Parts: sequence; structure tokens; C-alpha cells
Amino acid sequence: MRDWRYWLAEQRGTLLAFGIFIMMFIIYTSNHPAGFTANVVQTASNKGVLLAFVAMAQTLVVITAGIDLSVGMIFLLTNCLASWLVIGTGIETAFGVFAVLGTGLLCGAINGAIVIYGRLQPIVATIATGAVYFGIALLLRPFPGGSVNEDLADALTGRLFGVVPASLVVLMAVVLVVWVPFSRSVLGRAAYAAGSSEMAAYMSGVPIRRGKFAAYALAGLLAAIGGLFLTFFTYTGEAAYASGNAYTLFSIAAVVLGGVSLFGGKGSAIGAIFGALAFRTIGDLLFVFDFDPLWQPLFQGVILLIAVSLGAFALFRVRNRLEWFL
Amino acid sequence: MDGAVPLFRMEGISKRYGGVRALEKAELSVTSGSIHAILGENGAGKSTLIKVMAGVVAPDEGRMMLDGSEVTFASPAAANQAGIVCIFQELSLVPELSVADNIVISDPPKRFGMIDRKAQRRIAEEALARAGAADIHPRALVKDLPLSRRQMVEIAKALARKPRILILDEATSALTAADVAKIFGVLKRLRSEGLALLYISHRMNEIAELADQCTVFRNGRNVASYVAGTKSDNEVVELMIGREYSHIFPPKPVRAPATAAPVLEARKLSWTDRLDNISLTVAAGEVVGLGGLDGQGQRELLLAFFGVLRGLSGQILIDGKPVTIASPAAARDDRIGMALIPEDRKTEGLMLPMTVRENLSFAALDRLSKAGIIDRAAEQRLIDDMVGLLAIKTAGLDIPVGALSGGNQQKVVIAKWLMRQPRIILLNDPTRGIDVGTKQELYQLMRKLADQGAAILFYSTDYDELIGCCDRVLVLYDGAVKRELVGAEITERALIASALNIHGEEMHAGQGADA
Repeated sequence: MRDWRYWLAEQRGTLLAFGIFIMMFIIYTSNHPAGFTANVVQTASNKGVLLAFVAMAQTLVVITAGIDLSVGMIFLLTNCLASWLVIGTGIETAFGVFAVLGTGLLCGAINGAIVIYGRLQPIVATIATGAVYFGIALLLRPFPGGSVNEDLADALTGRLFGVVPASLVVLMAVVLVVWVPFSRSVLGRAAYAAGSSEMAAYMSGVPIRRGKFAAYALAGLLAAIGGLFLTFFTYTGEAAYASGNAYTLFSIAAVVLGGVSLFGGKGSAIGAIFGALAFRTIGDLLFVFDFDPLWQPLFQGVILLIAVSLGAFALFRVRNRLEWFL
Repeated sequence: MDGAVPLFRMEGISKRYGGVRALEKAELSVTSGSIHAILGENGAGKSTLIKVMAGVVAPDEGRMMLDGSEVTFASPAAANQAGIVCIFQELSLVPELSVADNIVISDPPKRFGMIDRKAQRRIAEEALARAGAADIHPRALVKDLPLSRRQMVEIAKALARKPRILILDEATSALTAADVAKIFGVLKRLRSEGLALLYISHRMNEIAELADQCTVFRNGRNVASYVAGTKSDNEVVELMIGREYSHIFPPKPVRAPATAAPVLEARKLSWTDRLDNISLTVAAGEVVGLGGLDGQGQRELLLAFFGVLRGLSGQILIDGKPVTIASPAAARDDRIGMALIPEDRKTEGLMLPMTVRENLSFAALDRLSKAGIIDRAAEQRLIDDMVGLLAIKTAGLDIPVGALSGGNQQKVVIAKWLMRQPRIILLNDPTRGIDVGTKQELYQLMRKLADQGAAILFYSTDYDELIGCCDRVLVLYDGAVKRELVGAEITERALIASALNIHGEEMHAGQGADA
């Protein structure tokens, strides 16, 4: 059968992102003074998963043809909250983790409710809620500080069996527990359908609103997982405005690199993960080649432009110019 | 069939859109195991009728009975639940999803709470086979399929929902002859399985082959129901016409044929499968109509002239000289001087949130500015002229154009282009959804512009308009010009007959017999 061709076409964006990441990572490790060692991989993984979680969150919303400019702030808010709650005995820590994840879910649900039931534009709604989330984060941590259950933190940022980075394992677990069920559920399909053609989806009796709501809520949850990990790496909470904004914008870049269409209806969180890892590796490449760190934003921008223009070639095939604007 | 208890009945259904009556106390009975054809002109109320049945539109009054008990549908999903499935003219497929995803979209098979992709695949393959489209791969993305294949997917999707009543609205309009034959086989089989089928088509030969029962709609009412085959094509056309003239048209000038040289000319224009070897001329002072059923290539033809389509073959001539028009900006350039009044004023004609003033001056900004600076005084003068000429009713020039009534919005679109004094004016169904008063003003304006020397190409889905306004009408069918009607030949009978592509002589014979 020609099944594999269809599979390939479906996964093209993801595979492309995977290819870009692998290529960069090989260049990176082969030029790294220490080479391809467990240590180097662990560091890269720990740096990469933060953006990977936030990019997964962004993917869910972008699939519905929306955008979530508050993911970075949910990430900060949950980081600050975790620096208060994820501490103490095992039970206290477990409670803290649930509270942090629940907060993320709630933030996402609020976004979803405003966009879907309040019919506000996703961009505006999430800029506003993002500011609110940041405000709360600032109240929680006016100054960097707090602490975290270090046993848990070290376990989740260390290595399993001495080789596999634990953060990577958690990332894969989250993919299996959150992304895979979502993408194969009726709600997930509703999210895709709403992003691709909301009218056709409506005419087909698809539960558009519930699908979109689930996407926004889960996005909050994923951003919160990212926030937890940030706490595990830094042992503190910090409401750093610039960092929150950077994560929001980088998540959009990672999503596009990962083959997720900003017009909605197309792409996968797995692609976005590779997009995020690739995006992170660009920064590391500069480090191994001893570039001045000042070059990093410029370099990242150029790579992003090249990657994104790969996706624009389809426009040359359009025969009715009005389709450019659809 | 007559004695059977109706499976579904609609009684006294009315629906208005603003001031327009789409349905007026319409009645319809549907029985199991039969194919019921719905006939009527564009705008006779057929589409609204099935939208009501399918739960897309709520009726203003009237009731619907299924199996003898009253039902109401809050959404398409509710109608589906009750076993009423509609295949719409505008496709309801989600482009980025696969064929199989689309087929099961309303009610995917589940296993452990997730969509069971194996079962989904099986259902999709089954449904595609039932629809006679087993050649379509269930994993293909809908957006990669050509239109005719998408239509087959749409039919498979409907079948997968196990309907009791299946509505097909122009479902064959995009299909190839081979697919139509397959679909007819499928429909006949479904009928023998006891389904009720509602079949809406403009193709008389299809109805003759399929239908058991026919109902004709006119002006939102069902005017006749009869057993298929008991009326001739002529009688059916007769039933579809019979409309009072509600519009007043300006007198047409008496002109000697072929006086002026053509300003706009097309020679063998073809584009993908939508335009087929179209040649036509429009002279200065002439209003040339484009007729035919909706979607036979009229819109694409206008877009082709206006520089929107790529990969066009054939020639466009302006004042007898071949030109290449690469974009709307090139089309409006003074050397060509073309204007297009688009079909959908809300998306293609106006920037709704911007003011009346800004909308009016968009097309003429280059003429009103020096070195990129807009001459506000000149702009104001021209705008005043236009507002006066077209009698645009607005509370002010600085309110959003979206706040105006539909008719006045359309006047703004037209005024915007008139500010450039175009020599060639293309109109794409400009009176759709506007009130009768404004329509009359537009007819007067069109004739006035023609008298001042403009060449006008006018597409309308309203036959009255074509009859009342045009010096000549070209009837399109399947992307080709099927017939040209000049002067007194432009009658409703001739327009409908050629639009349905009924054989010409038959119609003339019928005309003779009536007289």
C-alpha cells in the first residue's frame, strides 16, 4: 500500500524539525570540548525541556487557530508558586505539585473561557490574562527567593541509570499522558477541525467549543509543568518579566519550526518539541564556536527566518490570487 | 407511494432574512423509500428549506413532524441525531484532516476514550465503498483532493452517519459524468433500502432519471407537487417562472447592432476546469449580462479580467489591443480603467471598521494625492459628488461603513470605483441581499453609466435583472458560453432553458405551442 506515503506527508513538519535538531545537535556535540557524553546531553536536555514544555502548550492553542501570549507568564507564575509549595515532606511536596499543576490548568481554563465564551480575540485576551498572571507572580515573589524539595529536584534533573537525562524521560511521559490522548480524542480532533475550518466543523456537529476549551486548559497545564521544572533547575522562584516574554515568543518560534501552522488545524506537539530543542541548540552552537554571546539573538533570528521560509513555498503554486488571503 | 404515511412533514414554515422573505408558509412531505426532487430558480427558497430541515437555520414559524411527532433542531448535530443528514452545496469537510477523520467526524468510534483509528479506518473504507469511491485513500488529506473527489467524500461521510433522510443539495454539480453514474446507482440502492432522499438539482435530465416525486418552489412557497414524469420540461419551467415583476427598470436604448467597437474583448479564455474557451465582447455604452446557474464560471470570468487568476490561457483585449493584466492594481490603471464590484462586499469590497470616507477614497487615492500626500480638499469634493450621485444615506462620512445598511454599503463599494471614472465596469451579483429601492437605483445608475460610455459586464443570479437591464446576455454552463441572447430574445423562459442546458429547439417549439 501507499500508506507510508501518507504517513510521511502527515509527519513532514515533525520530521523536518527532527532533522534540523539532529543536525544541529551533532554539530554541537562534535565541536564540544567534552564531546558526546552523558553530562553534555543532560545539560542540553535540562535546558531544552523548559522551552519544549512551553512550546507544547503553545501548540495546543495554535492548532485551534488561536495563540496564547500568556504561556510565558503561566510558566513564571507556577515557578513562583512552586517555590512556596513544593517543599517539605513527601506528602506536602506531592500536594504542592498538584496545586501548581492545578493552578496552570486553571489559568489555561480562564484563557479558554474568555476566548470561547467571551468571544474575545485570543491575542488580546491572553495579553491581558498574561499581565494578570505576571502580577500574581510578582506578588508571590517580589524578590527572587524560595526553595524547593531538593531531593525531587535533583532526581528529576539528574540521570536515570547514569546515562538517560531524567528531564527527557519526564518530557516523554508528558507526551504519552497528555499529548497522545488529546490528539487522539474527540476533543483533540475537534480542536484540529475548529482550527482548520470552524464552519465545516460546526456544520458537521463537532463539539468545537469543548475542543477549544480543552486545548487552552491543557496548554495551561503544560506551561505549569514547565514552571515546575524551572523551579527544579533553579531551586528558586523569580518573577522575571523579560524571561516570561522571551519564553512566550520563543514558544511561537519553536512551534513554527516544528511544522505547526499558525493558521491552525495542522501540526503536532512532537514537532514543536523538536522545534524547541533545535531553537535551544542554536544558542549552544554559538557557545561551542566561541562566538560573542552578543551575536546570539541575530543568529537565532536568521536561522528562524530560513526555517520558516521553507514553509512558504506553497504560495508559489496558487492559481487564484485570492487564495493568498484565505 | 401516495398512501404511505409521511416520514417527515414541514407545515407552514416561514423564514425571513431582514426584509427578504426566503420561505413563506412552505409545506413539504417526505416518504420513506422514495426520491423527492426539489426544483426552483435561484433564490426560490430551496436552500433555506433544507437548512431548516438540517438544523442550520431556525424557522420563524411553522412546525416539523418526524414520524408523526413534532421536532425542532437546535443545531446540525441535533438533526443528524434524528437521522436527517444533509450534503451541502458548500462543502462541510475540514481541509486539514484526512478523509477518514472527516468521514467519522460527527461521531468517531472510541476505544478507552480515545478515537479508535483502526475502526475509523474500517468505517471510512466501508463508507467510501458504499459511495462507489473506493479509489480514495482514507489517509489522504481532504485539501489535497480535487473538488469532484471531495464531493464523493462528502457523500461517503453522509452515508457513514446512517441517515433515514438524506438531502443532496446540488451534490452532483462538481462531479464527473462517471461519478454521477456511480452516485445514481448508490442513490437508487439507498431508496430500495428504505431511505427517504431529497434531491435538489438544476439538471433536468438527472431529475427525470432519479425522482419519484417532485415539488416546485417559487418565491419561498411550494407551488406544485407532482409524480415525476407527469409533466414536460416546459410545464416545469412554466411553474418555476410565473413571478411578478417587482423591479422597475430603466428603458433600454434602441441600438443598431454592432455599432461601437469593443472596449473589452476575450478570446478563447480558459482557466483550470472552471473556464472553458470563453470569447466575448463588450462595447462602450453596452450592458452585457452573464447568466446561467450560480457557479458556472461567471465569478471566475470576472476575476480573470480583473487580473486575479494565474495560469490563464487565451487573450484579453482592451480597445482591440492584447493586454496582460497581472493584478487588480494593473486592471484599475488608467490605460485599462477597469473596476470590479465584488460579490461579497463585506470581505472583498469594504473595510468594515474603517470610515465611509476612507472606504470611498481607497481606489482613487493615487489620483487624489501628490507625492504621497492626500489632497484633502480634492478628496472631499469627489466624495461629495459621489454621495450626491448615488444618494448614499449615512449619518456622516466619519462613521464606520459597517454601520450602514446593506444597500448603502453596496453604494459605497460602487461609488469607490466610480471615483476613478472606470471605462469598464464588472459587476458580480451586486444586488444580492439589498432592498428593492436600492436595487432600482442601481439599475438606473448602470444604464446611466453605460449611456456615458462605460462598457458594463454584469453577472446576476436574478433573471429579472438580466432581462430588465441587459442589451445582451451570455448564458454560461460548465465554464463555457452556451448561448447568447440579444434584445427581445432575453426572456425568462430562454434564460432558464439555456441555464438548465435544455435543448434549444424543444423550448422554441414549446413557445410556439403556448402562443
